[in-house]
Amino acid sequence: MKDSLFARNPSVLIFLGLLAAFVAAVTVLGEGVGMGLISTSFVKTLGKTLCLCLIAIAMDLVWGYTGILSLGHFAFFGLGGYMIGMWLMYARTETIVAASLAQAEIPPTPQEIRDAIGTQIFGVVGGSDFPAIWAFAHSLPLQLALVVLVPGLLALVFGWLAFRSRVTGVYLSILTQAMTLALSLYLFQNDSGLRGNNGLSGLQNIPGAADVPQSLLSIWFFWGSAAALALGYVIAAFVVSGKFGSVIRGIRDDEARVRFLGYSVESYKLFVFTLTAVIAGIAGALYYPQAGIINPAEMAPIASIYLAVWVAIGGRGRLYGAVIGAGVVSLLSTWFTGGQVPDLPLGIYTIKWVDWWQVLLGLGFVLVTLFAPKGIGGLFDLVSGRRAPARHGADLGPDTGSFREKEAEQ
Amino acid sequence: MRLFSVFFACLVVVSVVFAALDAGPALAQSGPVGAEVESGPDQTSPIQSILQENRELIEKSSRRTIGPAIAALRDSGLPAAQSVLEKWQDKALYQRKSDGLFFFAEPADGGTLRLIDIATGEATGEAARDEVDQLKPNSGIRGLIGAALVQFQLSDPDPARRAAALDAIGRDAEPDHLQALRGAIASETDPGLKARKARLERLLTIAYDPDPAARIAAIDSFAGDLGVDVRAALNPLVATTRAVAPGTPPEGENVARRLTPGSDALPEAEAYRLLVAAGLARPRISPADKRNALAAHIENGTVAGIPLEDLNSDEARDRAYAALAARGLVPPTATAQGVQAALDAHSFYDRYAEPDPAVTAAAEDALDAIAFKVGLNQVADLSLDALSLASIYFLAAIGLAITFGVMGVINMAHGEFIMMGAYTGYVVQQIVPNYTVSILIALPLAFAVTFAAGVAMERLVIRWLYNRPLETLLATFGISIALQQLAKNIFGTQARPLTSPSWLDGALQLNDVVSISYIRIAIFVLALLFLALFVFIMRRTRLGLEVRAVTQNPRMAASMGINPDRINMLTFGLGSGIAGVAGVAIGLYAKVTSELGQDYIVQSFMTVVVGGVGNIWGTLLGATLIGFLQKGIEWLNPSNTLAAQTYMILFIILFIQVRPRGIIALRGRAAGD
Repeated sequence: MKDSLFARNPSVLIFLGLLAAFVAAVTVLGEGVGMGLISTSFVKTLGKTLCLCLIAIAMDLVWGYTGILSLGHFAFFGLGGYMIGMWLMYARTETIVAASLAQAEIPPTPQEIRDAIGTQIFGVVGGSDFPAIWAFAHSLPLQLALVVLVPGLLALVFGWLAFRSRVTGVYLSILTQAMTLALSLYLFQNDSGLRGNNGLSGLQNIPGAADVPQSLLSIWFFWGSAAALALGYVIAAFVVSGKFGSVIRGIRDDEARVRFLGYSVESYKLFVFTLTAVIAGIAGALYYPQAGIINPAEMAPIASIYLAVWVAIGGRGRLYGAVIGAGVVSLLSTWFTGGQVPDLPLGIYTIKWVDWWQVLLGLGFVLVTLFAPKGIGGLFDLVSGRRAPARHGADLGPDTGSFREKEAEQ
Repeated sequence: MRLFSVFFACLVVVSVVFAALDAGPALAQSGPVGAEVESGPDQTSPIQSILQENRELIEKSSRRTIGPAIAALRDSGLPAAQSVLEKWQDKALYQRKSDGLFFFAEPADGGTLRLIDIATGEATGEAARDEVDQLKPNSGIRGLIGAALVQFQLSDPDPARRAAALDAIGRDAEPDHLQALRGAIASETDPGLKARKARLERLLTIAYDPDPAARIAAIDSFAGDLGVDVRAALNPLVATTRAVAPGTPPEGENVARRLTPGSDALPEAEAYRLLVAAGLARPRISPADKRNALAAHIENGTVAGIPLEDLNSDEARDRAYAALAARGLVPPTATAQGVQAALDAHSFYDRYAEPDPAVTAAAEDALDAIAFKVGLNQVADLSLDALSLASIYFLAAIGLAITFGVMGVINMAHGEFIMMGAYTGYVVQQIVPNYTVSILIALPLAFAVTFAAGVAMERLVIRWLYNRPLETLLATFGISIALQQLAKNIFGTQARPLTSPSWLDGALQLNDVVSISYIRIAIFVLALLFLALFVFIMRRTRLGLEVRAVTQNPRMAASMGINPDRINMLTFGLGSGIAGVAGVAIGLYAKVTSELGQDYIVQSFMTVVVGGVGNIWGTLLGATLIGFLQKGIEWLNPSNTLAAQTYMILFIILFIQVRPRGIIALRGRAAGD
């Protein structure tokens, strides 16, 4: 088994081991089944962070390996969240409505139940009729299928249009950003059928699990997120190893050359784009039940740019880098913006970290881009002794944005 | 009492006749005839006698009966009539209890009232407050007096008061005004006012003239007139109410259109509701009421013999209700067949409030003609709006076009430079209170501030990333979020005002439909100025030459003695400086917040990408396209600007499919690939 996936990617086993240890530690320390040293809300934060790590892997796959700087993957993430949120909201409202209508002397007709659910859900945007996109909301399997299908299809159509007309580089980034903006603006409308800027709420209550305390639910979702992350990591490692991985890295480094070698560059790009959109959708479907609420602001273009920031800080072109980046930066963000960091008095001015964290993040990000383009993951190269070649500012080759593998191996 | 008043009225009539025989009664009365004034009020002045004639009506003071009294005053032709009516309206007319004569009065020393003769305006003695009654007309009477006064105001010597009277009639016209207006046109000397009077007369003719031919003529004369007042006069004529009648509509109804139940205009449920409201059909019970009725008649777990658990379908409930109705426990409700039969037996139609078909037809024709012309003008108005939006996008994008197009550098912090410019303007206004001066200072200062920021950013960050475009994008994004938060920390989260000078307030009104605010014209001019400046710099200066050289081939340019580093720095500074100026312009009509730049950055990118990179004319075309597109979509779907933006972005994504390199694409080596 010299060429097995794990042999070629020793980092996969290490990562899985560390993840398992982390999950075990949180389970033991957490509130649901363990000792209760970690609060339920922090378990939820950790679970959400694992979902963010998963979408960061998707981003790394599409940007770090294939060279497509997509500023739209958080849109897919949000779409996945909306798809699962529709079922969660429908099913939970249904149980509430059925319970309240059962109080009445005359048993309700199916139409009455549906009308009552519609009034409950859409009353806030002044409607009571179900829009067409809620047609499958009553069924968990169908809605779970949509978690995969909707982001996947959107990515497929958008990617096909974009790659077909050879939109590359910063143009593609701006185009994906425009797509995200269009989607979030669309969802902001009250008549989009997804409750406008109210979004979907109450998602933390799982229908049929009303008796299960949140502490237990949170640990279940934590396990689910960890399992999804592990699976996503293995799939991503599988994709980037072997011939397919070589081709997509080739596309990243010199798209024209790969095309002239006879590869269908567009198909490769489209596959990676769609696959990562699906992964993002699944990550979103796991994230939002833990967050409890989803609204269009979550899908604003800025979120996708932050995603790129995480991956860049963690280290592009290596999967563990993406995970580290997303984990570290999002946890730090939570810590700083949560107001838990003590203020820093400077005599004339007291630095309140809630206000200054973004400044710190922005400047830190610029510094990482300038001085440590490999990100945090680059630290592991110091351990393994891999050094970047000293180019003294010379041209980096045809596509100047990336490292050639040979250089990285030196 | 009655005898006395009859006698008094005779006396008054006699005195009027006497006075009328006398040449120039008003003159005779107004003369300073000392003896008469001394002897008390002049009981024979014509105005006083008119009041005395109508004394009973005035004393009764009821809105329904006061009409003849006011009319008598109005039509008397006496110069004093106007002042009497005005004083009466202002509750300044008094009646002496002892002899019933009317006076004006004003407070005098010692708590008494000084009485003033209503014809001459001269003091005629004093009276204690309890010797006189103050006339207190209610609001209805005051309204009637006001309408009567209009006639006097229309012929007032002061043009301002005549104009004010026209305004008052325009606001709420009454049938009486028509006659007054017609009487006042011929004597009008001011041509402007004369035209206004004539126009108002035609408008009132449409509304109040009893002769249909005159009305139609007036309506026809307004075909194609854009005035809002014309539409306000015509629309009530064509207003319809929905009506229902058994069989065919009755004769004499001015039917606008027949309606079929079940069509889009009239759904069956709505048609049946009309029938019920007109008392022509029995109401159909609502599902909720039916349910409640059933719930009220539960016996031993059944309703009318049907078990409760079976009542979870509409058919079962219908059966149960019918059974209850058959037993007489609930009022019977209309069945589906009954509803259909009732709908078939009646005709539904829209009915004009105006009974004359010829008038409504003429009004419809005139309105159609007006609507067409309004449509044309709306297109013009929309184009002006779109043009101003385009110039805003152009201003926001031109700096980006320089950095992105000429240098190939994506500057995500461009929006924050716009914001910096706007905040610079705000700070200047805090220091310099004169708005005109402060704007004149703010424009170059904003340029200087953002120029410096741009140069600093180029020196510190961007020059190290010239061959890594995607990382430039990310690094500038880092700067963008840092700057945004910094602005939030300094200026707070609430919006800061950037006030425009007062000479930019208001709008240029071409007619009632087309208008454009001066501030938008100013922005348009500013955009043109910057276009000219940019073209001048690029085509006519040494700097422009060097920029073009460095853009096309940096190494060759360097070997010709041009310093590419310096050129890049200056170009970036120039682009950033223009962003700052755009920020001042945008801040003038939008609120200045730390998120100001974010609102424009995506549109700016779109403008550059759609227009084509590296070409100022492309940016101009891109901005025009996007501005017109956005306004056009907003016009199609006016209630929803969010949807407009969504569709616009979708359109742009599709447009990129057709022309991936924008409207004006660079060809050859300059394209870079």
